[in-house]
Amino acid sequence: MATAAEHQTARSEADQAAADAARTAAHTAAFDAAVAADERIEPRDWMPDAYRASLVRQIAQHAHSEIIGMQPEANWITRAPSLRRKAILMAKVQDEAGHGLYLYSAAETLGASRDELLDKLHSGRQKYSSIFNYPTLTWADVGAIGWLVDGAAITNQVPLCRCSYGPYARAMVRVCKEESFHQRQGYESLLALSRGTEAQHAMAQDAVDRWWWPSLMMFGPPDDESSHSEQSMTWKIKRHSNDELRQRFVDICVPQAESLGLTLPDPDLVWNEERGHHDFGAIDWTEFWAVLKGNGPCNEQRITQRRNAHEEGAWVREAAAAFAAKHGEAKA
Amino acid sequence: MSTPLTPTAPTATATALALGDDALVLSHRLGEWAGHAPVLEEEVALANIALDLLGQARVLLSLAGDEDELAYLREERAFRNLQLVEQPNGDFARTIARQLYFSTYQNLLYGQLASGDGTFAPLAAKAVKEVAYHQDHAEQWTLRLGDGTAESHERMQRGLDALWRFTGEMFQPVGGLDGADGTGGVVWPALRESWTASVSAVIEKATLTVPTGPQEGAWAAGAGRQGLHTESFGRMLAEMQHLHRSHPGASW
Amino acid sequence: MSSSTEWPLWEVFVRSRRGLSHTHAGSLHAPDAEMALRNARDLYTRRSEGVSIWVVPSAQITASSPDEKDSFFEPAGDKPYRHPTFYDIPEGVKHL
Repeated sequence: MATAAEHQTARSEADQAAADAARTAAHTAAFDAAVAADERIEPRDWMPDAYRASLVRQIAQHAHSEIIGMQPEANWITRAPSLRRKAILMAKVQDEAGHGLYLYSAAETLGASRDELLDKLHSGRQKYSSIFNYPTLTWADVGAIGWLVDGAAITNQVPLCRCSYGPYARAMVRVCKEESFHQRQGYESLLALSRGTEAQHAMAQDAVDRWWWPSLMMFGPPDDESSHSEQSMTWKIKRHSNDELRQRFVDICVPQAESLGLTLPDPDLVWNEERGHHDFGAIDWTEFWAVLKGNGPCNEQRITQRRNAHEEGAWVREAAAAFAAKHGEAKA
Repeated sequence: MSTPLTPTAPTATATALALGDDALVLSHRLGEWAGHAPVLEEEVALANIALDLLGQARVLLSLAGDEDELAYLREERAFRNLQLVEQPNGDFARTIARQLYFSTYQNLLYGQLASGDGTFAPLAAKAVKEVAYHQDHAEQWTLRLGDGTAESHERMQRGLDALWRFTGEMFQPVGGLDGADGTGGVVWPALRESWTASVSAVIEKATLTVPTGPQEGAWAAGAGRQGLHTESFGRMLAEMQHLHRSHPGASW
Repeated sequence: MSSSTEWPLWEVFVRSRRGLSHTHAGSLHAPDAEMALRNARDLYTRRSEGVSIWVVPSAQITASSPDEKDSFFEPAGDKPYRHPTFYDIPEGVKHL
């Protein structure tokens, strides 16, 4: 037979559970109302666990993309064909490290540590944009990345400046401001090639031929196959669908390609008067999924270089930490 | 885009090449770190230094001719940079040792040039602010690596020792900076004294030992200003120049 | 590397020009205050965004709790007499 005290405990546990549920319901209602009213959620606000997890996943993937994205372009720093181009490229690759830093910081406001996120990247548990698994084979690829890859990234990122999570939105404002130089330098570089010698023109066309389709894939799978889209839209982490943004990008690129004097490698690309948009050919999603699953041309190479840089730098990070400990610096 | 000096100033051209090549070559070496730095914050820091140096190189080379022709079309034997700056990056400690030796020198040299009224005074006045920061960066890291862990201490000492024999060359007078034109020249022995005092103080504070080996005279160490370089430099140039040279006359 | 040697997080505040206050620019990792300051300079002012920088260990910041925001901030909401617009002044009266 239960004692009075046990009854008491059971009752207070039930009370406790009911109180918790009521509090969660109140929190959820407040959160939903804030998001619906286009208010920003800030780090210490209550938020649903799934919202937090979804943000960490997206911000981390974004940060990883920035730092892995340094590699294909850094590949050409030591071979840049003029000192002006070399300075531009170095500054651009440096910006990408900076963007990675802003984004890791935003993820850290959600309770994830940078080391933990890097560890997930290095062990393949978190992804980065598949576009960086393609190789930069010629100098023109640097221009094509600036124009197409950064162009696609900006199309994706501008709406993120209004994302419901404050620190992510603020990081994106800074990133977008800096990215616009990236796209313009790429376009300018391609233009110089296109208007240059025959060999340079051919190099530019070849680069556009190779980067066009992978750039379209950067917007992610079609809306009806995208696993995270709907919830992200409700939470205003995402503001437009993959297909919407992809269409916007295609419409922007067509006239830009004309001004460049280069062709986009899609025979089905035509203006559709009725839709008020360009129709374009079918994307090879088998390639997309293959690269995503690790079978792209450079997946192995990119992650190995990243892991090596991190491991080879361990003694440096340890040394600075040891120095700080020895000299009584404030340990945060 | 270039401002060639008048033919009556061949020494100034040679001087611009010596200083410009130092900055160009070191910038290139630092650029090789992109994507390989020990921590993200350091990616940003190293790139800043590389960009400062590249900016200096472009101004200096433009004083001597067309910056791209000079950077991309000269043969190895025509480069006038110190052998120190062309040394491969090695590990982070060796890169920091190279930075410590060179930025201390550059800071002292540009400080003197900036206070005079010679051809290079305006350029030096701007660059010396950048270079002071480079020196600070190198000193901060020398302290942390020297007085960090046993491993970092050993690596830092090895870096300092390995590059020591390339430091004597820095104090060979560079033509055109000796004040022959009445503008108050660089006093090289004094520069050497200040450099030794500054570098030694940092090394000792970092609990490391100031290297005792020869600073010059060892085989091949110290003839970069005469166009004699070390083996790795040819490979560096091959990589740097190949694209530009593959498209003669093209613009980028 | 083990997370035990992860450098601490610092908050960065930048004064964009003389006459303005420092505002929060973001955060970064550094082993100590001196390096935090230098990393902040390299990262947050590389496009001439600042003339002065503060860095503070993130762990040293005490923040008000969002749960207390009603008791912290709402009581200030019903005291309009603290604002100059609360007062009616006849037209034509100057320098008030």
